[in-house]
Amino acid sequence: MTYLHNIGAYFLMIKDMFRKPTKWSVMKTLIFKDIDDLIIGSLGIVAFISFFVGGVVTIQTALNITSPFIPEYLVGFATRQSIILEFAPTFISIIMAGKVGSFITSSIGTMRVTEQIDALEVMGINAINYLVFPKFIALMLYPFVISIAMFLGIVGGMAACVLGGYSSLEAYIIGVQTDFIPFHITYAFIKTFVFAFVLATIPSFYGFYMKGGALEVGKASTTSFVWTSVVIILLNYVLTQMLLS
Amino acid sequence: MIEVKDLQKSFGDAHILKGISTTFENGKTSLIIGQSGSGKTVFLKCLLGLFEKDSGTITYDGNIYSELSDEQKRNLRSEMGMVFQGSALFDSMTIAENVMFPLRMFTKQSKSEMQDRVNFVLKRVNLPDAHKKMPSEASGGMQKRVAIARAIVNNPKYLFCDEPNSGLDPKTAIVIDNLIQEITEEYNITTIINSHDMNSVMEIGEKIVFLKDGLKAWEGSKNTIFKTDNEAVTDFVYSSELFKKVRKMYLEENQ
Repeated sequence: MTYLHNIGAYFLMIKDMFRKPTKWSVMKTLIFKDIDDLIIGSLGIVAFISFFVGGVVTIQTALNITSPFIPEYLVGFATRQSIILEFAPTFISIIMAGKVGSFITSSIGTMRVTEQIDALEVMGINAINYLVFPKFIALMLYPFVISIAMFLGIVGGMAACVLGGYSSLEAYIIGVQTDFIPFHITYAFIKTFVFAFVLATIPSFYGFYMKGGALEVGKASTTSFVWTSVVIILLNYVLTQMLLS
Repeated sequence: MIEVKDLQKSFGDAHILKGISTTFENGKTSLIIGQSGSGKTVFLKCLLGLFEKDSGTITYDGNIYSELSDEQKRNLRSEMGMVFQGSALFDSMTIAENVMFPLRMFTKQSKSEMQDRVNFVLKRVNLPDAHKKMPSEASGGMQKRVAIARAIVNNPKYLFCDEPNSGLDPKTAIVIDNLIQEITEEYNITTIINSHDMNSVMEIGEKIVFLKDGLKAWEGSKNTIFKTDNEAVTDFVYSSELFKKVRKMYLEENQ
């Protein structure tokens, strides 16, 4: 019953997010602040993880290719496919659910605990629009983060491949270019936009409707991470089935 | 003026407000007092529209709140100022930005006009040099004064304060009380304060509403509270030895 109530409350929150818009001059500032906090602030960790996971994918692929009949360029091909189709959009989104999601939940949750949200509502401000909408707009730049993750993942794979002596640079580059299907990029970005929406709204929901004190803020952050991850994984399956099968 | 008639509110099986009726006049400081759990905060939040009442009517200067359109409710709320118990300052903004916030949201003033108004209001609450500080760098008393400045910056018609003295030393508490009373008279605001603080009751209670178990048990002023025979009020107000003595002295002097 609680799950049904939460699902209903979540969709009502989405509706309220677009009602009674905040004054543009104020909203503009909030959007830029959220772009800085959520997008720019995530680039470092995304770049670091992408580069090294790209390298690991390459090493594992290369080590599992033992047959001499399999061409050397397959390492680059497999790395590209893994990173573009799955690693960058999905794996990075799970990491972002932890980083960005818990930041959103704890910052909004703390505002709830310290009556800052009540203060907004007393002033007649639509607190959901004021707090959640800028995060939603800021995360529409999330595909930019994923593009960087894709690029650095492939570069990290290339570095690992060449430095580890698993194949030549030329073979890796040929592999990366082999049988490239542009729709795979479209598919990855469609997923990314959907995940961006989930990353903005589910953590906001858990922060906005939390009750209690500091301890509950921590609990809400954990719950929000769990549910954001679960929804991302489920939507990943559904979207893959719809778009690639 | 705010008129409340037969206000009732429950949370599940808990009947918190059991039919409260009273009136709060313009230019007067009204206090709602009562023990913890008597329904003071719920009453205040119902007046503010933060809690949906179950029944009864709340009228703001002749306008029944529940009959207003969303737009009218929003306009009415922009005429309200609220000082929260924990100040509720936006911790991502400086003190000046906190005070300027209602102006940015609800007026079309230029930046310099807003700046002038912020300077004036911060000066009014005796914080002329606090503009650039963050709320976390301010003391409890300063935070309360900033909260008052934010509440009055847009010239509200109604000012609500939820335990504005909680956590403050007695001297600062008196400063805050006097500030609220001065502002109420100066701008002819309808001010309603939730308080536990008996000093506030004696200092600024032009009208006092005593709540007990969700009901209005007594209504009067700082002058009549000394003379009342209402046992619930005397038990609550004169629970300390000091206040018992003060009351005894007052009654002896006025016999």
